[in-house]
Amino acid sequence: MVLVNSEIITKTVKRLFIESAFYIPEDILNALKDAKEKETEELPKSVLDNLILNHKIAREEHIPICQDTGMAVVFIELGKDVTIKGQNIYDAVNQGVSQAYKEGYLRKSVVSDPLFDRKNTSDNTPAVIYTDIVDGEKIKITVGAKGFGSENMSAIKMMNPTQTVQEVEDFIVSVVENAGSKPCPPVIVGVGIGGTFDKAAVLSKKALLRPIDEENEDKRYAEMEKRLLKRINSLKIGPAGIGGNTTALAVNINTYPTHIAGLPVAVNICCHAARGKQAII
Amino acid sequence: MEVKKVDLPLDDEKIKDLKAGDNVLLSGVILTARDAAHKRLYELMINNKELPVDIKNQVIYYVGPSDTPPGKVIGSAGPTSSYRMDKYTPKFLKSGLKGMIGKGDRSKEVKQSIISNGAVYFMAIGGAGALLAKSIIKQEIVCYEDLQTEAVRKYVVKDFPVVVAIDCYGNNIYEIEENEL
Repeated sequence: MVLVNSEIITKTVKRLFIESAFYIPEDILNALKDAKEKETEELPKSVLDNLILNHKIAREEHIPICQDTGMAVVFIELGKDVTIKGQNIYDAVNQGVSQAYKEGYLRKSVVSDPLFDRKNTSDNTPAVIYTDIVDGEKIKITVGAKGFGSENMSAIKMMNPTQTVQEVEDFIVSVVENAGSKPCPPVIVGVGIGGTFDKAAVLSKKALLRPIDEENEDKRYAEMEKRLLKRINSLKIGPAGIGGNTTALAVNINTYPTHIAGLPVAVNICCHAARGKQAII
Repeated sequence: MEVKKVDLPLDDEKIKDLKAGDNVLLSGVILTARDAAHKRLYELMINNKELPVDIKNQVIYYVGPSDTPPGKVIGSAGPTSSYRMDKYTPKFLKSGLKGMIGKGDRSKEVKQSIISNGAVYFMAIGGAGALLAKSIIKQEIVCYEDLQTEAVRKYVVKDFPVVVAIDCYGNNIYEIEENEL
């Protein structure tokens, strides 16, 4: 049994969100640089050039990469042999989010009531928190600062279990096509297949936090990721939606067993400023 | 790459000279407003009430900046998706607004309204908020401070980089690709 003080969780969450606002993950930056080489026209090339320059300014001057520093999404894998001393884990996480967004001068984008009041909570809490209990005596915390320009373009469909791989792929491509220029392409496409209505959505969110240079462990899905990326890039929506060869940087698929009567498919879109970070306590 | 320098405010002559796809550097004063401020201003407009900000001949930038750190003019300040303002924009253009800065394509109604009111829609690069912030040299709140990041602000910009997305003739950078197919 390992004893962990909740203050360490708060500090870790705070650090992860502040760092993710300023420092783009290496895999995303490399993909943007590769994409620039693949563009032949001047305008999309200059958009990618500016995005790469934007990351340099953000990194060096500590200005957030994007003004939408997101709604805080936190995935926690909690080892079954860990005991947390102090606050409960949800309060500890929210405190870390509050401190990060206040002290890091990040944008507070969360409103308390979604429909009637829409009053800003002034510290970007509450976060959306998912916990999994796993073996071991560690706590793995993965954070994502999810911008809503791309979140708004996401979709879920309860497909028919006898529908084909082709039909599933058609749906995924159609979501990206309909999003067009709106979600800040080049995007990252997170796909969740299986589970229930809600599970598929969570799978798709989690898929966005997988490094884009890693593929699905199941060869069939890894092939599907490659096929989808090729098809999506042939849409020619391009960087910033003004035409070009790069509409998506990656497609990441996550799956889960499902019911005999169903085939849920969720598509969660993320902009090129895909900010995520991980720490193990 | 050729770049046009444009001083604000806009006038008919300047607008007529802007073509979809042009790279432009804007200098002068721009206003900011996004979802919540648009909703409030629109309600005043349809009730024929006085606006707390003069939008005549102005350019509105759809932005909600991140907080200003000490010693800086502003935090990150890139564009938000413009389509969410589409239901309000024709009324704004009719009330004298001449330009908008945002990201992403607009509705048919907005495109039509841009043509009929001789206006222009600029695209700034989405997700380049740190880069764009460098061209903002001054900012102050005009109204709706309670909306925090969504308050209406006045920015003084110097060589703020945009691309003409929809010009006053109806040419649209987001549709060019489609037409070519």
